[in-house]
Amino acid sequence: MRKTLKQGVLLGLVLLMSAMMAACGNNATANEKTATPAANDTTKTVKEAEQDIEPAKLEDVELLNVSYDPTRELYESYNKAFATYWEKEKGQKVTIKQSHGGSGKQSRAVIDGLEADVVTLALGYDIDALQKDGLINEGWEGEFELNSSPYTSTIVFLVKKGNPKGINEWSDLIKDDVEVITPNPKTSGGARWNYLAAWGYALRENGNDEAKAQQFVKDLFSHVPVLDTGARGSTTTFVERGIGDVLLAWENEAILSIKELGPDKFDIVYPTLSILAEPPVAIVDKVVDKRGTQEVAEAYLQYLYTEEGQTIAAENYYRPTLDSVKEKFKDNFPNVELFTLADVFGTWKETQEKHFNDGGIFDQIYVPGK
Amino acid sequence: MSQVKSIQQKVIPGFGLTMGFSVFYLSVVVLIPLAALLFNSTGLTWVKFWEVATDPRVLASYRVSFTTSAVAALLDTILGLLLAWVLVRYKFPGKAVFDALIDLPFALPTAVAGVSLTALYSQNGWIGSFLEPLGIKVAFSPIGITLALMFIGIPFVVRTVQPVLEDMDRDAEEAAATLGAGRLRTFCKVILPSLLPPLLTGFALAFARGIGEYGSVVFISGNMPMRTEIAPLLIMSKLEQYDYAGATAVAMLLLIISFFLLFMINSLQRWVRRTSR
Repeated sequence: MRKTLKQGVLLGLVLLMSAMMAACGNNATANEKTATPAANDTTKTVKEAEQDIEPAKLEDVELLNVSYDPTRELYESYNKAFATYWEKEKGQKVTIKQSHGGSGKQSRAVIDGLEADVVTLALGYDIDALQKDGLINEGWEGEFELNSSPYTSTIVFLVKKGNPKGINEWSDLIKDDVEVITPNPKTSGGARWNYLAAWGYALRENGNDEAKAQQFVKDLFSHVPVLDTGARGSTTTFVERGIGDVLLAWENEAILSIKELGPDKFDIVYPTLSILAEPPVAIVDKVVDKRGTQEVAEAYLQYLYTEEGQTIAAENYYRPTLDSVKEKFKDNFPNVELFTLADVFGTWKETQEKHFNDGGIFDQIYVPGK
Repeated sequence: MSQVKSIQQKVIPGFGLTMGFSVFYLSVVVLIPLAALLFNSTGLTWVKFWEVATDPRVLASYRVSFTTSAVAALLDTILGLLLAWVLVRYKFPGKAVFDALIDLPFALPTAVAGVSLTALYSQNGWIGSFLEPLGIKVAFSPIGITLALMFIGIPFVVRTVQPVLEDMDRDAEEAAATLGAGRLRTFCKVILPSLLPPLLTGFALAFARGIGEYGSVVFISGNMPMRTEIAPLLIMSKLEQYDYAGATAVAMLLLIISFFLLFMINSLQRWVRRTSR
């Protein structure tokens, strides 16, 4: 009996080793095959029928844009526009696939081998992570204009129609009977912008007193009854479940919820001061070098800054940065005093370490007795 | 008799071969992924592990995860026994549908379950709007988490108890009755002992499932640090800051405690089986 047992275990191990070796041998090809389907949320935006019209001079090319959740509609229209532009310009057919999810989750997918040519994420910190892993060269912030943020947004308040609790300013959020809905800054990129906007406001009100700013943010979070894991979750909590009096949200998400739910239910309130949210874009250098897509990837992101790209962004409720488009859409985006991350907090790395990493200020807010 | 036995053994080819395949599959499906978890924690020192493990927020999340899972599994055990009993012992119209319904929580993506439970039990939901005025807060409290875990865990209990109940001889119950035992006495002395092992298995399965559950809980729990934050959420939030080592530390500790608890339950089960014979 003991002998058969030994033989059996040995057989199992041999099988295992051979299976692993086979897997290693196929690794290179398998990676290439699985890389694109791994983006489970990928949608083909350029119709395949278009490819039948006439043979292109240049070989067809495919790009993968890995983005975060609320840009789905934006990039669906933008990809079509860019493909048309690129074909006219270069005579090359380009198919752009897009993948969406939480910003941090998407960034991790790219680190783990999802072959994204470009990333368009919610936070610079998520792109920094790619740089740290060697996928993106240093200095990506300067590669495109305006800190590589072609469109911006800000944090606004979504309140019930008529604003029954009279919420007009950040300081109104810590009034006794007010409940605030925001996602968890530990798990949501958007929530980090919310938190930082509140912090920036408190700093201004208290003459740059950090301790008072921390107290304000702590008070604010004591008015939060539910911390969802992502921005869409919080929107659902506020809009569908009717919990809370005010939702802290990206401007584009707030406008979108009003458009979808009818303007008779909610109002947007702009505080006097908010943060300029700059969702950055970057080329994944290592991937484009390998796939030879450098030129088209660069053009793809550069085109976001043109009249057409900016118009598409504005139509999807992101603030355009090009003056002519800004002027055209000025009624959609009320003037608010905005500060940037660099103005108040410095780089994402510093901000993340000080506020959101384990043991950071956000964690201290919830430590009992402090 | 001995001839029959030897033929039975030969139905599946030799012990060596089957054992080999068992080792192979167990490795591919369970052991290697678990080893990869350890491997992923490169940079995880004992100091760091201890630091993460004793963080008050991590400890609070373990308390939430383990108590809600235990309570949910316990309630599931009682309810599951009742459900299995009804399904096995009675005939009623629609029984087949009822029986199939039990498995649905297995098939439903847990996030969907979480969203619908939250919709039901939040303060303006169908059920929540009646409970809230009574001062019972279900959604965004530990009660909500327990409820979600009960939903996820109930099929485990029913499906482990049901076959045992089906195989049970009713002769023993009738004998007990003819010997003058009351209903309660028959249940406690005749039925329950043979049901205890499957009940324990069901409990262990539901409990283990609850500890790792993420999808259904994050929606209904409200995720408030120190109060309704579950351990799997903390793992996710560590991953969100690219802290793979920290995430692995929380996961490892979760697995170690779970393994220990499951081992205890399994031993208890073996002991029960031995003493009931």
